Amino acid sequence: MVLRMRLRPRLLTAVLVPLAVLTAGCGSSSTTATTATTATPATTATTGSPSTTGSASGTITVLAAASLTESFTALGKQFEAAHPGSKVTLSFGASSTLVTQILQGAPADVFASADTANMKKLTDASQAAGDPKAFATNRLEIIVQKGNPKNITGVADLAKPGVTVVTCGPDVPIGKYSAQVFAKAGVTVTPKSYEADVKAVVQKVVLGEADAGIVYATDVQAAGDKATGVVIPDAQNVIATYPIAVTKTAPNAALATAFVAYVSGADGLATLAKFGFTAP
Amino acid sequence: MRTVLLGRPDRPRGRERLPAPALALALVAVAFFALPLLGLLWRAPWSDAWTELTASSALRALKLSITCSLWAVALSILFGVPLAWLLARIEFRGRGLVRALCLLSMVLPPVVGGVALFFALGRRGLVGQWLDRWFSIRLPFSTAAVVIAQTFVAMPFLVVTVEAALRQLDRRVEDAARTLGASRWYTFRKVTLPAIQPALVAGVALAWARALGEFGATITFAGNFPGTTQTLPLAVYLALESNPQQAIMLSLVLIAVSFAVLASLRDRWLGGVVGARPR
Repeated sequence: MVLRMRLRPRLLTAVLVPLAVLTAGCGSSSTTATTATTATPATTATTGSPSTTGSASGTITVLAAASLTESFTALGKQFEAAHPGSKVTLSFGASSTLVTQILQGAPADVFASADTANMKKLTDASQAAGDPKAFATNRLEIIVQKGNPKNITGVADLAKPGVTVVTCGPDVPIGKYSAQVFAKAGVTVTPKSYEADVKAVVQKVVLGEADAGIVYATDVQAAGDKATGVVIPDAQNVIATYPIAVTKTAPNAALATAFVAYVSGADGLATLAKFGFTAP
Repeated sequence: MRTVLLGRPDRPRGRERLPAPALALALVAVAFFALPLLGLLWRAPWSDAWTELTASSALRALKLSITCSLWAVALSILFGVPLAWLLARIEFRGRGLVRALCLLSMVLPPVVGGVALFFALGRRGLVGQWLDRWFSIRLPFSTAAVVIAQTFVAMPFLVVTVEAALRQLDRRVEDAARTLGASRWYTFRKVTLPAIQPALVAGVALAWARALGEFGATITFAGNFPGTTQTLPLAVYLALESNPQQAIMLSLVLIAVSFAVLASLRDRWLGGVVGARPR
Protein backbone atom coordinates (compact mmCIF):
# COMPACT_ATOMS: atom_id res chain seq x y z
CA MET A 1 0.00 0.00 0.00
CA VAL A 2 2.88 2.32 0.79
CA LEU A 3 4.04 1.59 -2.67
CA ARG A 4 0.71 2.60 -4.17
CA MET A 5 0.53 5.83 -2.23
CA ARG A 6 3.92 6.94 -3.44
CA LEU A 7 3.06 6.09 -6.95
CA ARG A 8 0.12 8.40 -7.17
CA PRO A 9 1.14 12.02 -7.66
CA ARG A 10 3.54 11.39 -10.47
CA LEU A 11 1.33 8.87 -12.09
CA LEU A 12 -1.03 11.70 -12.76
CA THR A 13 1.56 13.39 -14.92
CA ALA A 14 2.48 10.06 -16.41
CA VAL A 15 -1.06 9.71 -17.64
CA LEU A 16 -1.94 13.29 -18.37
CA VAL A 17 1.09 14.14 -20.47
CA PRO A 18 0.42 11.50 -23.11
CA LEU A 19 -3.25 12.39 -22.87
CA ALA A 20 -2.43 15.94 -23.85
CA VAL A 21 -0.25 14.76 -26.68
CA LEU A 22 -2.95 12.33 -27.70
CA THR A 23 -5.38 15.12 -28.25
CA ALA A 24 -2.70 17.02 -30.14
CA GLY A 25 -2.18 13.93 -32.26
CA CYS A 26 -5.86 13.70 -33.01
CA GLY A 27 -5.83 17.30 -34.09
CA SER A 28 -3.05 16.80 -36.54
CA SER A 29 -4.58 13.66 -37.95
CA SER A 30 -7.83 15.42 -38.61
CA THR A 31 -6.05 18.22 -40.43
CA THR A 32 -4.37 15.66 -42.60
CA ALA A 33 -7.80 14.45 -43.46
CA THR A 34 -8.39 17.59 -45.41
CA THR A 35 -4.84 18.24 -46.54
CA ALA A 36 -4.07 14.68 -47.49
CA THR A 37 -3.79 15.43 -51.15
CA THR A 38 -5.07 18.92 -51.65
CA ALA A 39 -4.49 22.26 -50.12
CA THR A 40 -7.58 23.33 -48.25
CA PRO A 41 -9.18 26.47 -49.49
CA ALA A 42 -10.01 27.45 -45.93
CA THR A 43 -6.95 29.64 -45.52
CA THR A 44 -7.16 31.43 -48.82
CA ALA A 45 -7.72 35.12 -48.68
CA THR A 46 -11.00 36.40 -49.96
CA THR A 47 -10.07 40.01 -50.21
CA GLY A 48 -10.66 41.92 -53.41
CA SER A 49 -13.44 44.17 -54.46
CA PRO A 50 -16.79 42.43 -54.12
CA SER A 51 -18.20 41.88 -57.58
CA THR A 52 -17.69 45.33 -59.01
CA THR A 53 -17.92 45.09 -62.74
CA GLY A 54 -15.35 46.80 -64.90
CA SER A 55 -11.64 46.25 -64.40
CA ALA A 56 -11.43 42.94 -62.63
CA SER A 57 -8.77 42.68 -59.96
CA GLY A 58 -8.25 41.22 -56.52
CA THR A 59 -8.05 37.57 -55.54
CA ILE A 60 -9.96 34.53 -56.69
CA THR A 61 -9.90 31.00 -55.39
CA VAL A 62 -10.08 28.32 -58.05
CA LEU A 63 -10.89 24.75 -57.06
CA ALA A 64 -9.80 22.48 -59.88
CA ALA A 65 -9.68 18.74 -60.56
CA ALA A 66 -6.36 17.09 -59.63
CA SER A 67 -5.67 16.29 -63.29
CA LEU A 68 -5.59 20.04 -63.98
CA THR A 69 -2.71 20.60 -61.52
CA GLU A 70 0.00 21.40 -64.07
CA SER A 71 -2.15 23.13 -66.70
CA PHE A 72 -4.07 25.35 -64.27
CA THR A 73 -0.91 26.31 -62.40
CA ALA A 74 0.43 27.60 -65.72
CA LEU A 75 -2.91 29.18 -66.65
CA GLY A 76 -3.10 30.93 -63.29
CA LYS A 77 0.27 32.55 -63.82
CA GLN A 78 -0.62 33.62 -67.36
CA PHE A 79 -3.92 35.05 -66.19
CA GLU A 80 -2.21 37.03 -63.42
CA ALA A 81 0.22 38.43 -65.98
CA ALA A 82 -2.64 39.39 -68.29
CA HIS A 83 -4.63 40.97 -65.44
CA PRO A 84 -2.28 43.10 -63.35
CA GLY A 85 -3.41 43.35 -59.75
CA SER A 86 -5.09 39.98 -59.77
CA LYS A 87 -4.14 36.91 -57.82
CA VAL A 88 -5.29 33.35 -58.48
CA THR A 89 -5.22 30.93 -55.56
CA LEU A 90 -5.46 27.35 -56.72
CA SER A 91 -6.53 24.27 -54.84
CA PHE A 92 -6.45 20.84 -56.44
CA GLY A 93 -8.16 17.63 -55.43
CA ALA A 94 -10.67 15.04 -56.50
CA SER A 95 -13.61 16.83 -58.14
CA SER A 96 -15.90 15.00 -55.72
CA THR A 97 -13.92 16.34 -52.74
CA LEU A 98 -13.89 19.88 -54.12
CA VAL A 99 -17.61 20.02 -54.82
CA THR A 100 -18.27 18.73 -51.30
CA GLN A 101 -16.09 21.52 -49.94
CA ILE A 102 -17.99 24.14 -51.94
CA LEU A 103 -21.36 22.78 -50.85
CA GLN A 104 -20.10 22.86 -47.25
CA GLY A 105 -19.33 26.56 -47.65
CA ALA A 106 -15.67 26.70 -48.62
CA PRO A 107 -14.87 30.07 -50.17
CA ALA A 108 -14.46 29.39 -53.87
CA ASP A 109 -14.94 31.56 -56.95
CA VAL A 110 -14.45 29.00 -59.69
CA PHE A 111 -14.94 25.23 -59.87
CA ALA A 112 -13.39 23.15 -62.64
CA SER A 113 -14.47 19.50 -62.60
CA ALA A 114 -13.07 16.47 -64.40
CA ASP A 115 -16.57 15.17 -65.08
CA THR A 116 -20.09 16.44 -65.56
CA ALA A 117 -21.49 14.41 -62.64
CA ASN A 118 -19.68 16.39 -59.96
CA MET A 119 -20.49 19.69 -61.70
CA LYS A 120 -24.11 18.57 -61.68
CA LYS A 121 -23.96 18.35 -57.88
CA LEU A 122 -23.12 22.07 -57.92
CA THR A 123 -25.87 23.04 -60.37
CA ASP A 124 -28.42 20.79 -58.64
CA ALA A 125 -27.75 22.67 -55.41
CA SER A 126 -28.19 25.96 -57.33
CA GLN A 127 -24.65 26.89 -56.39
CA ALA A 128 -23.42 27.67 -59.90
CA ALA A 129 -23.76 31.15 -61.40
CA GLY A 130 -25.01 30.48 -64.91
CA ASP A 131 -24.51 27.33 -66.95
CA PRO A 132 -21.22 25.43 -66.68
CA LYS A 133 -19.07 25.55 -69.78
CA ALA A 134 -17.11 22.58 -71.17
CA PHE A 135 -13.56 23.83 -71.75
CA ALA A 136 -11.47 20.71 -72.39
CA THR A 137 -11.53 16.98 -72.98
CA ASN A 138 -9.09 14.30 -71.99
CA ARG A 139 -8.42 10.66 -72.81
CA LEU A 140 -7.52 7.80 -70.51
CA GLU A 141 -4.29 5.88 -70.49
CA ILE A 142 -2.78 3.08 -68.42
CA ILE A 143 0.11 4.29 -66.31
CA VAL A 144 2.80 1.72 -65.50
CA GLN A 145 6.19 1.82 -63.84
CA LYS A 146 9.04 3.29 -65.81
CA GLY A 147 10.04 0.93 -68.61
CA ASN A 148 6.92 -1.21 -68.13
CA PRO A 149 8.59 -4.05 -66.15
CA LYS A 150 5.33 -6.01 -65.93
CA ASN A 151 4.97 -5.84 -69.70
CA ILE A 152 1.42 -4.53 -69.66
CA THR A 153 0.04 -4.10 -73.16
CA GLY A 154 -3.64 -3.45 -72.57
CA VAL A 155 -6.53 -3.21 -70.15
CA ALA A 156 -6.90 -7.02 -70.01
CA ASP A 157 -3.44 -7.31 -68.46
CA LEU A 158 -4.65 -5.37 -65.43
CA ALA A 159 -6.81 -8.32 -64.42
CA LYS A 160 -3.81 -10.68 -64.32
CA PRO A 161 -2.86 -12.06 -60.93
CA GLY A 162 0.33 -10.49 -59.61
CA VAL A 163 -0.44 -7.10 -61.12
CA THR A 164 -1.12 -4.55 -58.38
CA VAL A 165 -3.67 -2.02 -59.61
CA VAL A 166 -4.84 1.06 -57.74
CA THR A 167 -7.73 3.31 -58.68
CA CYS A 168 -10.12 5.79 -57.05
CA GLY A 169 -13.59 5.48 -55.55
CA PRO A 170 -16.74 5.66 -57.70
CA ASP A 171 -17.37 9.34 -56.83
CA VAL A 172 -13.98 10.49 -58.03
CA PRO A 173 -14.16 11.07 -61.82
CA ILE A 174 -11.16 8.87 -62.64
CA GLY A 175 -12.60 6.07 -60.51
CA LYS A 176 -15.85 6.17 -62.46
CA TYR A 177 -14.06 6.40 -65.84
CA SER A 178 -11.77 3.49 -64.89
CA ALA A 179 -14.78 1.34 -64.08
CA GLN A 180 -16.25 2.24 -67.49
CA VAL A 181 -13.02 1.21 -69.22
CA PHE A 182 -12.96 -2.13 -67.38
CA ALA A 183 -16.57 -2.71 -68.35
CA LYS A 184 -15.93 -1.85 -72.03
CA ALA A 185 -12.92 -4.17 -72.09
CA GLY A 186 -14.97 -6.87 -70.40
CA VAL A 187 -12.48 -7.48 -67.59
CA THR A 188 -12.89 -7.67 -63.84
CA VAL A 189 -10.11 -5.80 -62.11
CA THR A 190 -9.80 -5.91 -58.33
CA PRO A 191 -7.82 -2.87 -57.23
CA LYS A 192 -5.66 -2.96 -54.11
CA SER A 193 -6.64 0.50 -53.01
CA TYR A 194 -9.01 3.37 -53.71
CA GLU A 195 -6.81 6.44 -53.66
CA ALA A 196 -8.00 9.97 -52.92
CA ASP A 197 -7.51 11.37 -56.42
CA VAL A 198 -5.83 10.67 -59.74
CA LYS A 199 -2.51 12.19 -58.67
CA ALA A 200 -2.36 9.73 -55.77
CA VAL A 201 -2.73 6.91 -58.32
CA VAL A 202 0.17 8.38 -60.30
CA GLN A 203 2.27 8.61 -57.13
CA LYS A 204 1.63 5.02 -56.09
CA VAL A 205 2.83 3.85 -59.52
CA VAL A 206 5.80 6.25 -59.65
CA LEU A 207 6.87 5.13 -56.16
CA GLY A 208 6.64 1.51 -57.25
CA GLU A 209 3.97 0.41 -54.78
CA ALA A 210 1.47 -0.25 -57.54
CA ASP A 211 2.16 -1.75 -60.95
CA ALA A 212 -0.54 0.05 -62.87
CA GLY A 213 -3.52 2.35 -62.78
CA ILE A 214 -5.80 4.13 -65.20
CA VAL A 215 -5.19 7.85 -65.34
CA TYR A 216 -5.64 10.68 -67.83
CA ALA A 217 -3.30 10.91 -70.80
CA THR A 218 -2.29 14.33 -69.46
CA ASP A 219 -1.14 12.74 -66.18
CA VAL A 220 1.16 10.34 -68.02
CA GLN A 221 2.59 13.31 -69.91
CA ALA A 222 3.04 15.25 -66.66
CA ALA A 223 4.80 12.32 -65.00
CA GLY A 224 7.50 12.66 -67.67
CA ASP A 225 10.19 9.98 -67.52
CA LYS A 226 9.14 8.80 -64.05
CA ALA A 227 6.46 6.53 -65.49
CA THR A 228 5.39 4.96 -68.77
CA GLY A 229 2.01 5.12 -70.50
CA VAL A 230 0.16 2.36 -72.32
CA VAL A 231 -2.43 3.54 -74.82
CA ILE A 232 -6.02 2.35 -74.42
CA PRO A 233 -7.68 1.69 -77.81
CA ASP A 234 -10.62 3.94 -78.75
CA ALA A 235 -13.13 1.11 -78.41
CA GLN A 236 -12.30 0.79 -74.72
CA ASN A 237 -11.47 4.42 -74.02
CA VAL A 238 -13.66 7.08 -72.43
CA ILE A 239 -13.56 10.76 -73.27
CA ALA A 240 -13.57 12.90 -70.13
CA THR A 241 -15.25 16.29 -70.47
CA TYR A 242 -14.17 19.11 -68.15
CA PRO A 243 -16.79 21.72 -67.24
CA ILE A 244 -16.01 24.99 -65.46
CA ALA A 245 -18.33 27.40 -63.63
CA VAL A 246 -18.34 30.46 -61.42
CA THR A 247 -19.88 29.67 -58.07
CA LYS A 248 -22.98 31.49 -56.95
CA THR A 249 -21.31 32.62 -53.74
CA ALA A 250 -18.12 33.76 -55.48
CA PRO A 251 -16.59 36.54 -53.38
CA ASN A 252 -15.08 38.05 -56.55
CA ALA A 253 -17.52 37.19 -59.33
CA ALA A 254 -16.08 39.72 -61.80
CA LEU A 255 -12.58 38.30 -61.73
CA ALA A 256 -13.96 34.76 -61.62
CA THR A 257 -15.94 35.39 -64.81
CA ALA A 258 -12.83 36.82 -66.45
CA PHE A 259 -10.85 33.73 -65.44
CA VAL A 260 -13.45 31.36 -66.89
CA ALA A 261 -13.46 33.37 -70.12
CA TYR A 262 -9.66 33.22 -70.23
CA VAL A 263 -9.52 29.45 -69.68
CA SER A 264 -12.12 28.72 -72.35
CA GLY A 265 -10.69 31.32 -74.74
CA ALA A 266 -7.93 30.96 -77.33
CA ASP A 267 -5.09 31.50 -74.81
CA GLY A 268 -6.51 28.95 -72.42
CA LEU A 269 -7.00 26.37 -75.17
CA ALA A 270 -3.45 26.83 -76.40
CA THR A 271 -2.04 26.27 -72.91
CA LEU A 272 -4.31 23.30 -72.23
CA ALA A 273 -3.26 21.76 -75.58
CA LYS A 274 0.38 22.06 -74.53
CA PHE A 275 -0.41 19.85 -71.51
CA GLY A 276 -2.19 17.27 -73.66
CA PHE A 277 -5.83 18.33 -73.40
CA THR A 278 -8.04 18.66 -76.45
CA ALA A 279 -10.76 21.17 -77.24
CA PRO A 280 -14.29 20.06 -76.32
CA MET B 1 5.99 18.12 -1.05
CA ARG B 2 4.73 14.62 -0.73
CA THR B 3 3.03 15.25 2.59
CA VAL B 4 1.26 18.26 1.15
CA LEU B 5 -0.01 16.26 -1.77
CA LEU B 6 -1.16 13.43 0.37
CA GLY B 7 -2.75 15.79 2.86
CA ARG B 8 -4.85 17.52 0.29
CA PRO B 9 -7.65 14.97 -0.08
CA ASP B 10 -8.42 15.32 3.63
CA ARG B 11 -9.63 18.85 3.10
CA PRO B 12 -13.36 19.12 2.69
CA ARG B 13 -14.25 19.35 -0.97
CA GLY B 14 -16.53 21.80 -2.73
CA ARG B 15 -15.27 24.90 -0.96
CA GLU B 16 -12.95 26.02 -3.68
CA ARG B 17 -14.22 28.64 -6.11
CA LEU B 18 -12.71 29.82 -9.36
CA PRO B 19 -12.34 33.56 -9.88
CA ALA B 20 -15.01 34.73 -12.32
CA PRO B 21 -12.68 35.37 -15.30
CA ALA B 22 -11.06 31.96 -14.95
CA LEU B 23 -14.47 30.32 -14.73
CA ALA B 24 -15.66 32.18 -17.84
CA LEU B 25 -12.59 31.09 -19.81
CA ALA B 26 -12.97 27.53 -18.61
CA LEU B 27 -16.59 27.50 -19.76
CA VAL B 28 -15.57 28.81 -23.18
CA ALA B 29 -13.11 25.94 -23.37
CA VAL B 30 -15.85 23.45 -22.48
CA ALA B 31 -18.11 24.94 -25.17
CA PHE B 32 -15.25 24.75 -27.65
CA PHE B 33 -15.03 21.00 -27.14
CA ALA B 34 -18.76 20.44 -26.87
CA LEU B 35 -19.82 22.39 -29.97
CA PRO B 36 -18.37 20.12 -32.68
CA LEU B 37 -20.01 17.17 -30.95
CA LEU B 38 -23.34 19.01 -30.87
CA GLY B 39 -22.87 19.83 -34.55
CA LEU B 40 -22.62 16.14 -35.36
CA LEU B 41 -25.57 15.24 -33.16
CA TRP B 42 -27.60 18.02 -34.75
CA ARG B 43 -26.97 16.73 -38.28
CA ALA B 44 -27.21 13.05 -37.41
CA PRO B 45 -29.85 11.19 -39.40
CA TRP B 46 -31.50 9.59 -36.38
CA SER B 47 -34.35 8.00 -38.34
CA ASP B 48 -31.90 6.16 -40.59
CA ALA B 49 -29.29 5.64 -37.90
CA TRP B 50 -29.64 1.89 -37.77
CA THR B 51 -29.64 1.48 -41.57
CA GLU B 52 -26.55 3.62 -41.95
CA LEU B 53 -24.67 1.82 -39.20
CA THR B 54 -25.53 -1.68 -40.31
CA ALA B 55 -24.72 -0.99 -43.96
CA SER B 56 -22.17 -3.60 -44.94
CA SER B 57 -19.50 -0.99 -45.68
CA ALA B 58 -19.88 0.53 -42.21
CA LEU B 59 -19.74 -2.82 -40.46
CA ARG B 60 -16.74 -3.89 -42.49
CA ALA B 61 -14.85 -0.73 -41.57
CA LEU B 62 -15.83 -1.05 -37.92
CA LYS B 63 -14.76 -4.68 -37.78
CA LEU B 64 -11.46 -3.93 -39.47
CA SER B 65 -10.83 -0.99 -37.15
CA ILE B 66 -11.42 -3.05 -34.04
CA THR B 67 -9.34 -6.00 -35.23
CA CYS B 68 -6.42 -3.86 -36.34
CA SER B 69 -6.40 -1.62 -33.29
CA LEU B 70 -6.43 -4.64 -30.95
CA TRP B 71 -3.49 -6.11 -32.84
CA ALA B 72 -1.71 -2.78 -32.64
CA VAL B 73 -2.26 -2.67 -28.89
CA ALA B 74 -1.04 -6.25 -28.47
CA LEU B 75 2.14 -5.43 -30.38
CA SER B 76 2.51 -2.21 -28.40
CA ILE B 77 2.40 -4.15 -25.13
CA LEU B 78 4.74 -6.86 -26.40
CA PHE B 79 7.42 -4.42 -27.51
CA GLY B 80 6.48 -1.29 -25.61
CA VAL B 81 6.73 -2.62 -22.05
CA PRO B 82 10.28 -3.95 -22.52
CA LEU B 83 11.18 -0.69 -24.26
CA ALA B 84 9.80 1.32 -21.36
CA TRP B 85 11.71 -0.95 -18.96
CA LEU B 86 14.92 -0.34 -20.90
CA LEU B 87 14.42 3.42 -21.03
CA ALA B 88 13.45 3.70 -17.38
CA ARG B 89 16.06 1.49 -15.78
CA ILE B 90 19.15 1.10 -17.90
CA GLU B 91 21.73 3.85 -18.02
CA PHE B 92 23.43 4.02 -21.36
CA ARG B 93 24.94 6.67 -23.57
CA GLY B 94 22.46 8.21 -25.94
CA ARG B 95 19.46 7.14 -23.91
CA GLY B 96 17.85 10.54 -24.42
CA LEU B 97 18.32 10.20 -28.14
CA VAL B 98 16.84 6.71 -28.21
CA ARG B 99 13.87 7.89 -26.20
CA ALA B 100 13.31 10.86 -28.53
CA LEU B 101 13.53 8.55 -31.51
CA CYS B 102 10.99 6.11 -30.09
CA LEU B 103 8.55 8.84 -29.13
CA LEU B 104 8.95 10.88 -32.30
CA SER B 105 5.85 9.47 -33.97
CA MET B 106 3.77 10.98 -31.16
CA VAL B 107 4.44 14.51 -32.39
CA LEU B 108 4.98 13.72 -36.04
CA PRO B 109 2.08 14.46 -38.41
CA PRO B 110 0.75 10.96 -39.13
CA VAL B 111 1.00 11.50 -42.88
CA VAL B 112 4.74 12.03 -42.47
CA GLY B 113 4.88 8.81 -40.50
CA GLY B 114 3.07 7.06 -43.34
CA VAL B 115 5.47 8.41 -45.94
CA ALA B 116 8.43 7.33 -43.78
CA LEU B 117 6.98 3.83 -43.40
CA PHE B 118 6.55 3.78 -47.15
CA PHE B 119 10.24 4.36 -47.77
CA ALA B 120 11.20 1.85 -45.10
CA LEU B 121 8.79 -1.01 -45.68
CA GLY B 122 7.29 -0.25 -49.11
CA ARG B 123 8.01 -2.40 -52.13
CA ARG B 124 11.03 -0.27 -53.01
CA GLY B 125 11.78 0.68 -49.41
CA LEU B 126 14.97 0.25 -47.43
CA VAL B 127 13.83 -3.04 -45.90
CA GLY B 128 10.72 -3.60 -48.00
CA GLN B 129 12.62 -4.35 -51.22
CA TRP B 130 14.36 -7.27 -49.52
CA LEU B 131 11.11 -8.51 -47.98
CA ASP B 132 9.68 -8.51 -51.49
CA ARG B 133 12.71 -10.11 -53.13
CA TRP B 134 13.42 -12.82 -50.57
CA PHE B 135 10.04 -13.63 -49.09
CA SER B 136 7.58 -12.08 -51.58
CA ILE B 137 6.15 -10.09 -48.68
CA ARG B 138 4.52 -6.88 -49.82
CA LEU B 139 3.21 -4.82 -46.97
CA PRO B 140 1.50 -1.85 -48.66
CA PHE B 141 -2.21 -2.39 -49.35
CA SER B 142 -2.36 -5.20 -46.77
CA THR B 143 -4.09 -5.39 -43.42
CA ALA B 144 -0.67 -5.94 -41.86
CA ALA B 145 0.29 -2.49 -43.08
CA VAL B 146 -2.66 -1.01 -41.21
CA VAL B 147 -1.52 -2.73 -38.01
CA ILE B 148 2.04 -1.49 -38.55
CA ALA B 149 0.88 2.09 -39.17
CA GLN B 150 -1.32 2.01 -36.07
CA THR B 151 1.40 0.48 -33.89
CA PHE B 152 3.84 3.10 -35.14
CA VAL B 153 1.67 5.96 -33.91
CA ALA B 154 0.16 4.28 -30.84
CA MET B 155 3.02 2.51 -29.08
CA PRO B 156 4.74 5.69 -27.80
CA PHE B 157 1.66 6.49 -25.70
CA LEU B 158 2.07 3.21 -23.86
CA VAL B 159 5.84 3.62 -23.58
CA VAL B 160 5.77 7.09 -21.98
CA THR B 161 3.04 6.09 -19.55
CA VAL B 162 4.73 2.89 -18.43
CA GLU B 163 8.19 4.43 -18.38
CA ALA B 164 7.08 7.23 -16.09
CA ALA B 165 5.47 4.72 -13.73
CA LEU B 166 8.57 2.55 -13.69
CA ARG B 167 10.82 5.51 -13.00
CA GLN B 168 9.10 6.59 -9.85
CA LEU B 169 8.38 3.14 -8.51
CA ASP B 170 10.00 2.47 -5.17
CA ARG B 171 12.82 0.20 -6.21
CA ARG B 172 13.43 -1.01 -2.69
CA VAL B 173 10.46 -3.33 -3.04
CA GLU B 174 12.01 -4.90 -6.10
CA ASP B 175 15.36 -5.05 -4.35
CA ALA B 176 13.73 -6.84 -1.44
CA ALA B 177 12.25 -9.42 -3.81
CA ARG B 178 15.66 -9.91 -5.40
CA THR B 179 17.39 -10.41 -2.05
CA LEU B 180 14.79 -13.00 -1.24
CA GLY B 181 15.99 -14.95 -4.23
CA ALA B 182 13.51 -13.98 -6.93
CA SER B 183 14.90 -13.83 -10.45
CA ARG B 184 14.79 -10.60 -12.40
CA TRP B 185 12.00 -11.89 -14.59
CA TYR B 186 10.04 -13.23 -11.61
CA THR B 187 10.40 -9.92 -9.79
CA PHE B 188 9.21 -8.07 -12.84
CA ARG B 189 6.13 -10.22 -13.19
CA LYS B 190 5.19 -10.53 -9.54
CA VAL B 191 6.28 -7.20 -8.08
CA THR B 192 6.90 -4.59 -10.75
CA LEU B 193 4.00 -5.34 -13.09
CA PRO B 194 1.29 -5.32 -10.40
CA ALA B 195 2.69 -2.06 -9.07
CA ILE B 196 2.57 -0.31 -12.43
CA GLN B 197 -0.72 -1.91 -13.43
CA PRO B 198 -2.77 1.33 -13.36
CA ALA B 199 -0.23 3.06 -15.59
CA LEU B 200 -0.14 0.06 -17.89
CA VAL B 201 -3.92 0.04 -18.22
CA ALA B 202 -3.94 3.78 -18.85
CA GLY B 203 -1.21 3.39 -21.46
CA VAL B 204 -3.08 0.58 -23.16
CA ALA B 205 -6.27 2.62 -23.30
CA LEU B 206 -4.49 5.65 -24.74
CA ALA B 207 -2.63 3.58 -27.29
CA TRP B 208 -5.83 1.83 -28.29
CA ALA B 209 -7.73 5.09 -28.72
CA ARG B 210 -4.90 6.46 -30.81
CA ALA B 211 -4.75 3.32 -32.97
CA LEU B 212 -8.49 3.38 -33.48
CA GLY B 213 -8.38 6.97 -34.71
CA GLU B 214 -5.35 6.54 -36.95
CA PHE B 215 -5.89 8.13 -40.35
CA GLY B 216 -2.87 9.77 -41.96
CA ALA B 217 -0.31 7.00 -41.72
CA THR B 218 -2.88 4.40 -42.73
CA ILE B 219 -4.08 6.10 -45.90
CA THR B 220 -0.54 6.91 -47.04
CA PHE B 221 1.14 3.63 -46.16
CA ALA B 222 -1.62 1.03 -46.24
CA GLY B 223 -3.93 2.49 -48.86
CA ASN B 224 -7.68 2.33 -48.78
CA PHE B 225 -9.70 -0.72 -49.72
CA PRO B 226 -12.91 -1.90 -48.06
CA GLY B 227 -12.31 -4.97 -45.92
CA THR B 228 -8.53 -4.90 -46.24
CA THR B 229 -7.27 -1.47 -45.28
CA GLN B 230 -10.30 0.82 -45.03
CA THR B 231 -10.62 1.51 -41.31
CA LEU B 232 -13.37 3.57 -39.73
CA PRO B 233 -11.63 6.96 -40.00
CA LEU B 234 -10.89 6.33 -43.69
CA ALA B 235 -14.48 5.29 -44.27
CA VAL B 236 -15.66 8.50 -42.58
CA TYR B 237 -13.43 10.64 -44.76
CA LEU B 238 -14.54 8.96 -47.97
CA ALA B 239 -18.20 8.70 -47.04
CA LEU B 240 -18.26 12.46 -46.55
CA GLU B 241 -18.31 12.81 -50.35
CA SER B 242 -20.73 10.08 -51.28
CA ASN B 243 -22.86 9.54 -48.19
CA PRO B 244 -22.55 12.31 -45.59
CA GLN B 245 -25.26 10.71 -43.43
CA GLN B 246 -23.17 7.61 -43.04
CA ALA B 247 -20.07 9.70 -42.36
CA ILE B 248 -21.87 11.38 -39.47
CA MET B 249 -23.06 8.11 -37.97
CA LEU B 250 -19.62 6.54 -38.28
CA SER B 251 -18.08 9.62 -36.66
CA LEU B 252 -20.49 9.30 -33.77
CA VAL B 253 -19.51 5.66 -33.31
CA LEU B 254 -15.83 6.65 -33.18
CA ILE B 255 -16.59 9.43 -30.72
CA ALA B 256 -18.69 7.15 -28.53
CA VAL B 257 -15.96 4.54 -28.39
CA SER B 258 -13.19 7.07 -27.67
CA PHE B 259 -15.35 8.80 -25.10
CA ALA B 260 -16.09 5.53 -23.35
CA VAL B 261 -12.39 4.73 -23.20
CA LEU B 262 -11.46 8.11 -21.77
CA ALA B 263 -14.35 8.12 -19.32
CA SER B 264 -13.61 4.66 -17.99
CA LEU B 265 -9.95 5.61 -17.83
CA ARG B 266 -10.73 8.57 -15.62
CA ASP B 267 -13.18 6.93 -13.31
CA ARG B 268 -11.57 3.56 -12.97
CA TRP B 269 -7.91 4.41 -13.04
CA LEU B 270 -7.23 8.08 -12.72
CA GLY B 271 -9.98 8.34 -10.14
CA GLY B 272 -8.64 5.43 -8.19
CA VAL B 273 -5.08 6.56 -8.46
CA VAL B 274 -5.26 10.31 -8.22
CA GLY B 275 -8.30 10.84 -6.09
CA ALA B 276 -6.52 8.99 -3.31
CA ARG B 277 -9.32 9.20 -0.84
CA PRO B 278 -8.32 7.59 2.41
CA ARG B 279 -10.05 4.28 2.70
